[in-house]
Amino acid sequence: MELVTPSIGLVFWTVVAFVCLLILLRKFAWKPIMSAIHDREQSIDEALNKAELAKQEMARLTAQNEDLMKEARAERDRILKEAKELKDGIVGEARKQAQTEGAKLIEKARIEIENQKKAALAEVKGQVSALSLEIAERVLRSQLEDKSKQEALVANLLKDVELN
Amino acid sequence: MDYNPIFVSKVKRLITVFTLLIAFFSFNTRAFAQVDSLAAADSTAVHGEHAAEAGHGAHKGEEKFEPTKVIMEHIADSHMWHLWGHTSLPLPVILYTPQGLEFFSSGNFHHGEHDFTGKYNTYRLVHDKVKVVNGGQVDETASGAIIDFSITKNVAAMFVAVVIMLLIFISVAGAYRKRVGKSPKGLQSLIEPIIIFVRDDIARPNIGHKYAKFMPYLLTVFFFIWINNLLGLIPIFPGGANVTGNIALTFVLSLITLLVVNLNGNKYYWKHILLPDVPWWLYPIMIPVELIGIISKPFALMIRLFANITAGHIIVLSLISLIFIFESLAIAPVSVAFVLFMDVLELLVAFLQAFIFTLLTALFIGMAVEEHH
Repeated sequence: MELVTPSIGLVFWTVVAFVCLLILLRKFAWKPIMSAIHDREQSIDEALNKAELAKQEMARLTAQNEDLMKEARAERDRILKEAKELKDGIVGEARKQAQTEGAKLIEKARIEIENQKKAALAEVKGQVSALSLEIAERVLRSQLEDKSKQEALVANLLKDVELN
Repeated sequence: MDYNPIFVSKVKRLITVFTLLIAFFSFNTRAFAQVDSLAAADSTAVHGEHAAEAGHGAHKGEEKFEPTKVIMEHIADSHMWHLWGHTSLPLPVILYTPQGLEFFSSGNFHHGEHDFTGKYNTYRLVHDKVKVVNGGQVDETASGAIIDFSITKNVAAMFVAVVIMLLIFISVAGAYRKRVGKSPKGLQSLIEPIIIFVRDDIARPNIGHKYAKFMPYLLTVFFFIWINNLLGLIPIFPGGANVTGNIALTFVLSLITLLVVNLNGNKYYWKHILLPDVPWWLYPIMIPVELIGIISKPFALMIRLFANITAGHIIVLSLISLIFIFESLAIAPVSVAFVLFMDVLELLVAFLQAFIFTLLTALFIGMAVEEHH
């Protein structure tokens, strides 16, 4: 029975020791320790949250960069295409113009040639007619040297006229 | 609460084991007389006979080994702190007598062999209890009037634990102050996980968001029980005292738990006790049951801690006693192996009992401060 009977002295000293311990530890140990742990946990949480936010920001920026790159690539492609079209247009235009110009030149040349030919032909005709007149004059002169021949001719001509 | 059945069955098992052991040694050493004398410790007649017997044994030059006496002496409190052999540390005796306070050293009793005449009375140490002596005889009525406030072995051991705790935790708090926001280091990193364990696994789940207010008490009681349990396992000075296995200490701790729980009880808690949700004609049964419940919860805490630690000490000492009972060195290895096993088990029990006491305290506080049902 003695084992389970609390002795007053021990109860008294336990109360004194435990209450003193509780008060001292609460003031000098538990309060600073608990608040330090709490603060540190909060700062860790905060840091983790910040890191998470930074990660999201990074992801956002990367996505944005990707978009920009894509856009830039599309822009480049578009510009290249446009340039090619422009080039093709210019070349085509130039070719067409050159063709028409060439055609015009050829036409001009042809007309010139025609003109020259006509002129040449006209000159040839003149010379031929002059030459034939001279030949005819010479032939006539030689044939009409004696009087009989002149009369025969006139008679001949008159015969023709009668016929008409 | 889930843990409760496990621990209840464990306590029962331990009590069974130590009861059987006591019975075993009683038979083996023909110690019926000693058990009787313990049961009737106050009887001076039996004591006289016992003393004579002990004296007789001493005359033969070889004392008969009495394991029950040895074990019970260890389990109980003492006015001296046994160091080794016949050397003991005398402790101060403080007596409250109707005439005034008496203050002297227990060394004056010379291990109970001499009476000591103080300021007001002559005292004798009988069964490690201070008694008033009048004309060579123990005066029971005068002895009943004095109250013993001595610094006994348990009080001294408790003070050692208190000093150790103050040193540890104030230095740890200093480390927190010096290393603000940095990772813990050294002793701090040993203590911090335990503090976090008490906070996250004991206080928060059971008390809820109001846990912070109760943390100082829970932490203090946890470390106080644990460190005292561990010091009790050390067989040499300054350990070895059965502090947490003493009913007075467990009584005080459970009384403080009772006060903390009931002083913080809110209206829902008191309504549950005084106006339970049952038909009104059941009130004469329900209210007394609930009121008994207020007492029985801390009472269970008191008995659980006391029984576990005392049982552990008894088992270890019983196993050691085997060597002296058989008076053979051959049994020593067996005994030591068993003691080693028990000591390892007791290391676990030391933590477990501190944990369960704190857990149940937190649970009771949680029930008292719960907002709604």
